[in-house]
Amino acid sequence: MIPAAFEYARPTSIDEALQAIADGGDDVKVLAGGQSLIPVMRLRLAAPETVVDLGRVAELRGVRDDGDAIVIGAMTTHHDVMTDPLVQQHAPLIAEATETVADRQVRARGTFGGALVHADPAGDLPAVALALDAEFVIAGLQGRRTVPAADFFVDYLTTAVEEGELLVEVRVPKLAGEWGMRYEKFNRVAQAWSIVAVAAVVRREDGHIAEARIGLTNMGTTPLRATAAEAALAGAEATPEAIAAAARSAAEGTSPSSDLNAQADYREHLAQVLTRRAVTAAAGL
Amino acid sequence: MTQINVRVDGVTYTDDVEPRTLLVHYLREQLGKVGTVIGCDTSNCGACTVHLDGAAVKSCTVLAVQADGGEVTTIEGLAPNGGLHPVQKAFHEMHGLQCGYCTPGMIMASVDLLKENPDPSDTEVREGIEGNLCRCTGYQNIVRAVQQAAGEMRGAGSVSPAEVDTAAAPHVVGQA
Repeated sequence: MIPAAFEYARPTSIDEALQAIADGGDDVKVLAGGQSLIPVMRLRLAAPETVVDLGRVAELRGVRDDGDAIVIGAMTTHHDVMTDPLVQQHAPLIAEATETVADRQVRARGTFGGALVHADPAGDLPAVALALDAEFVIAGLQGRRTVPAADFFVDYLTTAVEEGELLVEVRVPKLAGEWGMRYEKFNRVAQAWSIVAVAAVVRREDGHIAEARIGLTNMGTTPLRATAAEAALAGAEATPEAIAAAARSAAEGTSPSSDLNAQADYREHLAQVLTRRAVTAAAGL
Repeated sequence: MTQINVRVDGVTYTDDVEPRTLLVHYLREQLGKVGTVIGCDTSNCGACTVHLDGAAVKSCTVLAVQADGGEVTTIEGLAPNGGLHPVQKAFHEMHGLQCGYCTPGMIMASVDLLKENPDPSDTEVREGIEGNLCRCTGYQNIVRAVQQAAGEMRGAGSVSPAEVDTAAAPHVVGQA
């Protein structure tokens, strides 16, 4: 199968890209790494009028230190994210989760920003961004705005990026104190999507869990925070028993789907088990 | 049509392509590089793997226009003058294939893996080629082939085909 014919634009700057999107007609798709878009175009599930290829927009690539945050350019490939020293130092959770995305060929082309804007509920990076309280910098012809992760994922395959806009970069706050992180992913075969996965970020203080942030992958149409489990963990003793007790509430407020891989109640079970494992590891136990 | 300049297996080509042309179709149909095969057409199987600017990619999931200005290496250009790359040689010697359809992609992914990790564990080999499916072999001899090539490329286990220890691949005995 080959994609349906389309008009092709290849801008070299963010401003040019925004103009190309504005000029592209009613149905414009932005091409980042193409590892999700090209397959759906090949299957003719998408047949855009115009494709705006960001491959030449150099200012969208790379990771930089910005004081209290690291800033990941939207077009930075998965490979470059997971091998980046700043990511490894300040947000190892991102590197750990990115290593589980698809396979090495896909990670060579696929991009951090592309995966987040695609917002597949089974994708690994949205829940990680949620657990790290990342901020999304979105550019439009009228200027830029910053959206917190909690408001970025709106619905199934839908984010706060409006038509005519572009995700430019993601700011990941540096964490102060004694933090641990872990991504626990459950899937059946190599290169498969997560059936469920859990991203845990935990701050320990004096033998207690001072704060836990837990992102859930594939437990609804968007990534979710396990707020009940987070509340149960705040101030709890950093013991296996206390963590196991809190993890039992990990699926509260979620609405997982049932499909060929798993029924909803099995996903709820997985969320509890994976939360216990992820928090235990993140707490250093 | 969009004009692209691309260097493939050491030769520079300038061609007009439709933007929707997939890299694998450009390589096979326009350049005749049929050593790169199409397997699943769904980005799963990795049979179409080539190197684009030094990294293994699935050429069914790259547009030819995205390769403009880039350098592509296919299985046909891996070794000069009709010779065999150490990984190609090891797949032959260790019988890392049965039907052979996945082999070009397996080899291109393995070369990419060994460039980044010259001394992988068996687990790292299996994870490194997780984007490539073989429906014949059960992967055992593929892993052995990658390990043999890794040894040879590190300069440690340089062995000629006649000296290969076929005990490492028992069912190959008698086929050489």
